[in-house]
Order: sequence, then structure tokens, then C-alpha cells
Amino acid sequence: MTNTQTPAVDNGVNIEALLGARQHLTDAPELAKFQWRATSEWVKGTHSRTTFTDFSGLTQEHSHRQTYTIDADHPEIFASEDNGVTPTEVALAALASCLTAGVATVASNRNIQLRSVKATIQGTMDLQGMLGIDGDIRNGFSGIDVAYTIDADASEADIEALVAQSQKRSPVFDIISNPTRVTVGMA
Amino acid sequence: MRVPVVVIGGGQAGLAMSHCLSGRSIDHIVLERGAVANSWRSERWDSLRLLTPNWMSRLPGFEYRGDDPDGFMTKNEVIDFLEEYRQSITAPVLINTTVESVQATANGFEVTTNQGHWACSCVVVATGSSSEPRVPEVASQLPSGIQQLNALQYRNPEQLDSGEVLVVGASASGAQIADELHRSGRPVTLAVGDHVRLPRQYRGRDIHWWMDAIGQLDERYDEVDDLTRARRLPSLQLIGTPERRTLDLNALISAGVGIVGKFMNIAGTNAQFSGSPAHLIASADLKQNRLLDRIDEFALELGIEDQLPRATRPARTRLGAIPSEMPVDRFATVVWATGYRPSYSWLDPAAFDHRGQLAHDGGVGDLPGLYLLGQPFMRRRKSSFIDGVGPDAIELTASLCSHLDRLAGSRASGSRLEMGVRGGRSSFG
Repeated sequence: MTNTQTPAVDNGVNIEALLGARQHLTDAPELAKFQWRATSEWVKGTHSRTTFTDFSGLTQEHSHRQTYTIDADHPEIFASEDNGVTPTEVALAALASCLTAGVATVASNRNIQLRSVKATIQGTMDLQGMLGIDGDIRNGFSGIDVAYTIDADASEADIEALVAQSQKRSPVFDIISNPTRVTVGMA
Repeated sequence: MRVPVVVIGGGQAGLAMSHCLSGRSIDHIVLERGAVANSWRSERWDSLRLLTPNWMSRLPGFEYRGDDPDGFMTKNEVIDFLEEYRQSITAPVLINTTVESVQATANGFEVTTNQGHWACSCVVVATGSSSEPRVPEVASQLPSGIQQLNALQYRNPEQLDSGEVLVVGASASGAQIADELHRSGRPVTLAVGDHVRLPRQYRGRDIHWWMDAIGQLDERYDEVDDLTRARRLPSLQLIGTPERRTLDLNALISAGVGIVGKFMNIAGTNAQFSGSPAHLIASADLKQNRLLDRIDEFALELGIEDQLPRATRPARTRLGAIPSEMPVDRFATVVWATGYRPSYSWLDPAAFDHRGQLAHDGGVGDLPGLYLLGQPFMRRRKSSFIDGVGPDAIELTASLCSHLDRLAGSRASGSRLEMGVRGGRSSFG
């Protein structure tokens, strides 16, 4: 990076490594197959703790630098103890963090220096679905709205294009906006 | 029988290639499964018109000479136009000749048809990019009571039940079919995936006039950043009509067509649609503006800025709240306008790469002696347009001649055939 003639942008994304990986995975598609895992344990009441340790990909096993956990619970107005965010909020976090990682990556690839990126994310839900009051109302969000405020060395249209490209390649955006096969059974 | 070159397909591409080969006195035949312009005769809906204006119908040695250069040819006019072209260039077309197999041999190829065999040194595949519909998996999950049609089968609204219709796909075919069915009085829902939005006219000129003028249609396959992506780009969301109207999602929404996302799945009795159309629509709006910016810059550079009407940008697509699920049985008919793909089931497996794609570089097959013509962005952005097949045919003919020369060893004609052709941009019209 120090030898390049024009000052390269630095968003903390190693874009050369990513582009190299993309080429590598194009040539050897079996390396591209990944599996993401978590274990979730009931604590008490509506409180559970999900632990993330390992995952597989590049035809081998990998571990996170350290074990991470997320505590989820329901809030006190649901007569719970609010020991963590609600699972629906975890879904919002997943979407926002995936899109934001994409914004940083695409910006680096397009040579755009970011100064700040902030997303506010809102999921709207009618509890009559979850509580079984009205069968016509779905359990999940009726919609999710994400609003970005981005300060960067780029035109408004280029910044909008960053956000658009990030959605185009975002796994969590795809997972949430499109149906996914889900099976729940006994281990 | 032996002939140096067999051209498969008697449409715009096969005829243009035939003209270029004749120009170099290369003996050849053109095999056509039906009549000239067969897919225009048997696989297009009744009201279809070309998306490009008449003046852009420029083929090697032939071009539109009618009195409406800015109009859009009807389907029957396209058939007549290509038939006139065949006659004017006296192309050696064998009609009603269906190719059953093409096998590579030690001396070139063996072509088997329902009318006999040919041995040849070169084969030019000019069968088009729309041989069969690309229909998603979910089609097989639809209840049997729902009528299903694809865009190659669709002719006119009378074919359909009078009930509600789901049109899947919002590129040229889907947008046009949704519009026509809506005008026939049927309630229509349009499932929108990735699409390319463009106004029919911008600053008083046809959008294709601009795309031609700024050189966008001449962009070459070896110059674009991501060729795979460029080749997979959906068709332009346009319609050719005498009144030159714009057919975008805003027009369809204002008319009363319902919008949903991509048709993903059937869960129980519900059709599930992707929640992503807001993203796809925003992307299409952004890309449209990027092209219009380029046009404005071009007008400024050319100094014609003050002769043009002021730039008015199409309004952002107004997408209201859209459902992600609908009971599937409310639809009497589903029309799949989800794209097309070429079909090469008769072609030697040696012609394909490990992903099953016909292996070629700008139409020059990896299999020596094999050529491909008329595919999207094959050598330039307009390769699949009537206007684009000519320059491609000229370049491919040069390559094909060198191949024949190599086969013929050091025969004296070699260097002469190479002259003055490489790198030639379109000089027609």
C-alpha cells in the first residue's frame, strides 16, 4: 500500500485479499462451501444464550478468534427480565451489520474513503400474529426499513450506489427478503 | 455432401453471415428449421414490435428504406424485412431443414439434418439466444388448475382465461405482456426481479439514438469490466409503439398493475414473493440516471446542448407497500417472462466448458472451426440486435477465413483474406 502512487483509501478492508479470494474460489468452487453454526441454550424464562465457536469452509474447520455469545430475552413489559435484546432485534442486527460490512467493502473496492456510516433499522411487527389473535397477521415483521447516513468522499449518487451494491451481495438481506428452507427437529 | 461452411439458423445472424461469406466467395449453406425468420413467425406474440427504431435495422448490404425511419417494425414487418434481405443477397438457405447433430471430426464437422448429411470445415451457430424459455423451479409447484404460459407461447389476451393474471418478470417481455393483459381488462400482478429501466425518449430523441450516439452500443466484449455480468443483463424494459410511450413500472403502477417481488416459492396455498423489489427498483433508477448523465455530458461535449429540450429526468419509481404473500389460487393464469436461453442439444459436447457453456472468445469457438453469432454482448453491446450482428459477422468472417487458410496450408490466398477487416467498427448506415 505504501508504494502506490495515488493515496489509496483506507476503510480497514483488505480488498486485495478479498479480490484474491474471489479469484481463488472461482477456480476451485468446492472451497466456497461454508457452514455457519451456533448452539443455543435455555437459561431461564425467555432468556437464552447462543454461543458461536466454529465454522467450516475452504474444505476445513475454523474457529473464531474467541468464543462469542449473544443473550436474548423478552422485555419487562412482556413480564420477562430483559436479560438481552429480543431475538427479532438480533435479526435486525444481523441485517444492519451485514449491509454495513458490504458498504465498507464496496467502498474500498470503488476507492471511496468512508468517514462515518450509520444505519438506523426498524422492524415493524403486529403482535396479534405471534399471540394467535388474528390468523391473517403474520408472526414476523410486516416490514423492515433501514436508513443510512453516510459521510464519504463521493457524490450522493455514488453513495446510493454503494448501498445498492451492498444489498445486491448481502447474505442476510437475501435470507430475510427471500424464503429459506428451514427444518427444526431433534438432535 | 461437402461444403466449406454450414451456417445454422436463417434469421438476421445467419443471413448476415451468409452475406459476408459470399462477399469473400466462400461456398456455404444456411440451414433453417422452418422459414427465414422462423422464430419471428412462430414464437412471438401478435402485437410485438422491434425495440429499436427502423433506421437502426442495418444489416451488411441491406438496411431499412421505408418512409418511417423513427417507427418500430411490427412482427410481420420484421419477417418481411428479413425475407427481403434473403432475396437481395440471394442467401443459399435450405428451409425446413432441422439440424439433428453436429459432431466434430478429424476434418471439421459432420452435420446431420432431417434432410441429409453435410461434411464441412466450419460451423456457424446462428440459432439465436431465445431458443427456450428459462422458467424457475417454482413453476412445477403451481396447482394444476392454474394455466401456465411462457413468453414464447404467449400470443394475445384471448388465449387466457378471463381471471386474474400473474406475470413473472419485468424486462421487455414481461412489462409488455403485463401491459397488454391489463389493457384487456384482466387484473394483473407483475412480479419484479432484476430489470433495466429506460425512458423511450430522452431530450427529444429515442433512447437508442442516444445509446448509439454515445458509443454505448459499440462497447466491446474485451473492454467491459465484468463480461459475465454484461452478458447476463436483462433486456431493456422498453416497448416499441407508434406513440413512442415509455413502459416502466411507474406507467404500469399508474395504470393499476399490482407489483410484487420475485416469485420465490409456494408455501401451503400461498405464493411467496421476495421482499427485495425496493432494492432492485432503486438500483434500476440509479443505473438509468447514470446513463442519462452520460448522455447529458455527451450533449454538452458535442455542443448540441442548446438545441435540445431541457433535461427532464423520469420520476423515481413509486413503489407503495407490496405484499410478500398472496393466495396462489386467486390467479387463473401465470405467464413466465423470466428470460430465455439458447439451446444447443444437437451440438458436440466437446464444444462446451466444464460449466456446460458453449466455450468461445467473442464468438470464436474453442473448438477450431466453430463460430457463434447473435448472442447477447457476444462481441459488442449490440451483438444481439439486428444492428449489431453485421459488425460481428464481418469480424467472425475474417477469423473464419484465417481458419480456412490455415487448413488449406500455404495456399496463396491467405494474406489477401486477412486484409482490412480486423478491428473494424460498424461502417454501415
